Amino acid sequence: MSRAAGKPLSRPGQDAIAQKGWLAAHKWLLLRRVSQLGILALFLIGPCFHHFAQWFTASRHAARWPAVADLVEKIRESGGLWFVKGNLASSLTLDVLPLTDPYIFLQMLAAGFTPAATAVTGAAIVAVFYLLVGGRVFCSWVCPVNMITDAAAWTRRRFGIHANHAPPANTRYGFLAGTLIAAAVTGTLAWEWLNPVAIAHRGLIFGMGAGIWFLVIVFVYDLLFAQRGWCGRLCPMGAFYSLLGKTALLRVAAPKRAACNDCMDCFAVCPEPQVIRPALKKAGQESPVIRAALCTTCGRCIDVCGQKVFRLTHRFDQRSSS
Amino acid sequence: MSVARPTDRADAPEKPAVSPARRKFLAGMAGAAGGGCLMALGVGLYARQNRALAAQALRPPGALPEGDFLAACTRCGLCVRACPYDTLKLAAPGDPVPTGTPYFTARDIPCEMCEDIPCIKPCPTGALDPELTDIAASRMGLAVLIDHETCLNFLGLRCDVCYRVCPAIDKAITLERQHNARSDRHAMLLPTVHSGHCTGCGKCEAACVLEEAAIKILPAPLAQGRLGEHYRKGWEEREKHGGSLIGEQVELPVRGLEGKPYGDSRVGDDESPKPEQEDPADEHPTPSHPGINSRWQP
Repeated sequence: MSRAAGKPLSRPGQDAIAQKGWLAAHKWLLLRRVSQLGILALFLIGPCFHHFAQWFTASRHAARWPAVADLVEKIRESGGLWFVKGNLASSLTLDVLPLTDPYIFLQMLAAGFTPAATAVTGAAIVAVFYLLVGGRVFCSWVCPVNMITDAAAWTRRRFGIHANHAPPANTRYGFLAGTLIAAAVTGTLAWEWLNPVAIAHRGLIFGMGAGIWFLVIVFVYDLLFAQRGWCGRLCPMGAFYSLLGKTALLRVAAPKRAACNDCMDCFAVCPEPQVIRPALKKAGQESPVIRAALCTTCGRCIDVCGQKVFRLTHRFDQRSSS
Repeated sequence: MSVARPTDRADAPEKPAVSPARRKFLAGMAGAAGGGCLMALGVGLYARQNRALAAQALRPPGALPEGDFLAACTRCGLCVRACPYDTLKLAAPGDPVPTGTPYFTARDIPCEMCEDIPCIKPCPTGALDPELTDIAASRMGLAVLIDHETCLNFLGLRCDVCYRVCPAIDKAITLERQHNARSDRHAMLLPTVHSGHCTGCGKCEAACVLEEAAIKILPAPLAQGRLGEHYRKGWEEREKHGGSLIGEQVELPVRGLEGKPYGDSRVGDDESPKPEQEDPADEHPTPSHPGINSRWQP
């Protein structure tokens, strides 16, 4: 079942669709979108209902649909539909679970501010979660900018845009240090003025304003200037989470790497293609586990592989067909 | 000379001093470091330039001083969610407020000064100070009756709306009676703000009946002057110490006031100095009794 000669890489995964069916060849992608949009929805239900209720009770529809008006009023009186309040910087779930982004927490410390206990608890919970599950799981399963850069990567492939002036992959660590230095020097959370991740998520929930242009810049940069440029080269938040996930337990592995037919589909879709080779081709390691902390555990390689080489597993899973 | 130099091909013909992989690695690290420095510089400058808070944007009650606030606020919006009156907003990029931080505009929706201060409670970092439990002690800004030319009370009318809506009526805003020199018959009751009680909630600005409010909430540093640290008010010090600190003052005679206690310059009816010459152009001759000439004829 090797790839037909000359098949363009613009549509990776055709082989997998033929082998496994469309749904199975998009399983992890769909799950990821459900996760990203679901998390966004949890934040959005509260304010959306709040505004709907305000509009509805004041409109003439309230008189025409008394049953709905009653229900709306009842929900309103019981406190609305606030499952998660806040945004990814800090949130409060069901009025009990406080979460704080450990990266913003670190910037706060760099800026010389000692936060209150709630933020410490929240940052610790998030940090421990990503330490165990994999830091960059944030990037591919939570971060709203991922959908923008995925769209840019998809468009690049479909239209055969090859222009690539991507900076070195380590640039992001320099940027990470840069944001902390900027926080220390200015004594403010300087990066949060510009952080497209924060702007995107906050904007979707609290109002975007001119923030949309930050996201347009990220999309255009990824589309025309650098392949996977933002998430894969620059984003200091991704750099932070990759450091957090250095020892994470949840990993993608290539246990059936002997079956690999070198179709390169996994490299085409992978947002960090350099992480695959050591595990798949035994380059410098025997283990089939992708151990590089830059792997976002998006699972797209599992989807597009017609040979079912990859699977999601734990860090110590050494099963391998070769 | 046992040290092999890169150019010394006879000694080390195959191995260059810096391998290509190492060179690539070093170039990568230098790139990252350079990128980081540029990043820090760009972000720092941008933040510096954009840290200014527009004068009409007010912080929620209990907000730390602006410098600390910008280090402490995660821009999560939990205070916005807690506000029952939709007063608070998070700044979007492009607003004249540091991106993502909470603020309110008094003219649109002022702070209702909830007694339990619900906006402070969910703040995870303490950017809104949890020590603030008495909303009357909050200082979101300071009301300033900024335009004396359009304020209806200054025009001699009895608008009084800012005074009436003030949650600290008769403490934060009082009406001070003053003679209306234009009509001469009436009093002007001038709304007067007292910084010791004004929380900066903005109800007065929101309620001002003018097209553009004559009374506005300003950030306290913009609204207030500050005496030099070394300034002492003589009358207060004398009160405190039960007497003058600099001893008895030299009393110099004042011409025309001989025979009066020192410092008393009041002039009685009978001792008014007569004007030397009547002004012929004045159609209302100065009455014989002293004081302000109202020129009012019944």
